[in-house]
Amino acid sequence: MSLVGHKTPPIFKRGLTPVTRLSVFVAICLVLLVADLRFRYLEVVRNALSVVTYPLQMAAAKPADFVRNASRYFATLVEVQLENAELRRDHLTTGERLLRFELLEKENAQLRELLGMSQRIDVKSVAADILYNAPDPFARKVILDRGAQQGVEAGLAVIDAKGVVGQVTRVHPVQSEVTLLTDRNQSIPVSVLRNGVRGVLFGTGRGRLEMRFVLADADIREGDRLVTSGLDGIFVPGLPVADVTMVDRSSDAFARIDCEPLADIDTSVQVLVIGRTAYPPPPPAPDQER
Amino acid sequence: MQPTNRSSRILLPVKLWFVYLSLIVALGLEYIPTGRTPGIPDWVALVLAIWCVREPQRIGMGAGFVLGLLVDVGQGAAMGQHALAYVVLAYLANGAARRVMWFPLLQQALHFLPLFVLTQALMLAVRLLAGAEFPGWSYFLSSLSSTALWAPLSMLLLLPQYQPVDRDDNRPI
Repeated sequence: MSLVGHKTPPIFKRGLTPVTRLSVFVAICLVLLVADLRFRYLEVVRNALSVVTYPLQMAAAKPADFVRNASRYFATLVEVQLENAELRRDHLTTGERLLRFELLEKENAQLRELLGMSQRIDVKSVAADILYNAPDPFARKVILDRGAQQGVEAGLAVIDAKGVVGQVTRVHPVQSEVTLLTDRNQSIPVSVLRNGVRGVLFGTGRGRLEMRFVLADADIREGDRLVTSGLDGIFVPGLPVADVTMVDRSSDAFARIDCEPLADIDTSVQVLVIGRTAYPPPPPAPDQER
Repeated sequence: MQPTNRSSRILLPVKLWFVYLSLIVALGLEYIPTGRTPGIPDWVALVLAIWCVREPQRIGMGAGFVLGLLVDVGQGAAMGQHALAYVVLAYLANGAARRVMWFPLLQQALHFLPLFVLTQALMLAVRLLAGAEFPGWSYFLSSLSSTALWAPLSMLLLLPQYQPVDRDDNRPI
């Protein structure tokens, strides 16, 4: 079979037969897929190709920008006034808490110095807007309007006013891609605020979170607040993440713990990209001769 | 070449730059951030399939592969996901070109509904194997809207070939 359905006469050579070419292309695609999904080898290729696609993407984002700005323009005056009043109230209460926080921070630093403990880590942050949901329908990701030029790095945590939203997974020059906590391949190390029990929180892909690998007799109750533990060396410790909504201890070894994210993961617009200024030293290599 | 094989109208030969331009415009449409809205047509697959039927000698698996990679990069999808789907689509469209040209545009569209569904099913299979979540059945609405756009878009893309070089009312071109 030739390209258009007839056997090729030998005087009109068109190179490889379609089936051969199909097999070659499919083989290349499969290699690419494995290299990307399994080993993440292709970030270099991706960055190189994105130089080509970037102008087109910028042009294509214009209509979306226009719709966003237009809807903002037509927000009524009353709405804005109400929101302003609410923000002023919020500002007052948070301002008062911030005053006390500064005092406590100083006190904490002094006490730590007295005890000879290392200081708490420094934190850097970048404010960003969520532009739109990433078009890939198989993952829960959003695009931020800040990128490498503004100091965003892969791995930083993204939070809104209530808690952790997700983690930066890919950085472009002026944009970055955030994987939301609810994505199935996203996980975050947490600890229970009440007693410090540690665990890892996984997205389920249905808007919920699940804490896995916690023993059935661990001290976790419904209503417990989960915060980042910072043990991964990437997240800033102490950021609120989720509330426990259901604990099921009927299975054998591990409890089934359902959690509800605190942040407005699907609706928040303004977020803060937050991360450590210095990373802890890498863990010692595991002993080879065991 | 005729609009369809049964038509007596003879078209001008296609300009290759117009083919590439239309593919690039389709790529731009594909990049418009529509989020998780279901039923957005797959512009690149649609335009690629149209040219695979119209110009099977020039547009085929190679074009599908390159466009697929560009869509993968632009959408942040897995590298090779769209490329694989578009290569298979181009192969099948090239193979169907001779037969499909005997049908009017609406029936051509019907021929391509299963191909678009297959394209999407391939991408779904690749991502599900890699452990992604199932996006819901509304994901396949995109095939339906692509199919619905087949006839209007085909006519639009053929418009330049309807223009005669110099006007003569007694000539079929």
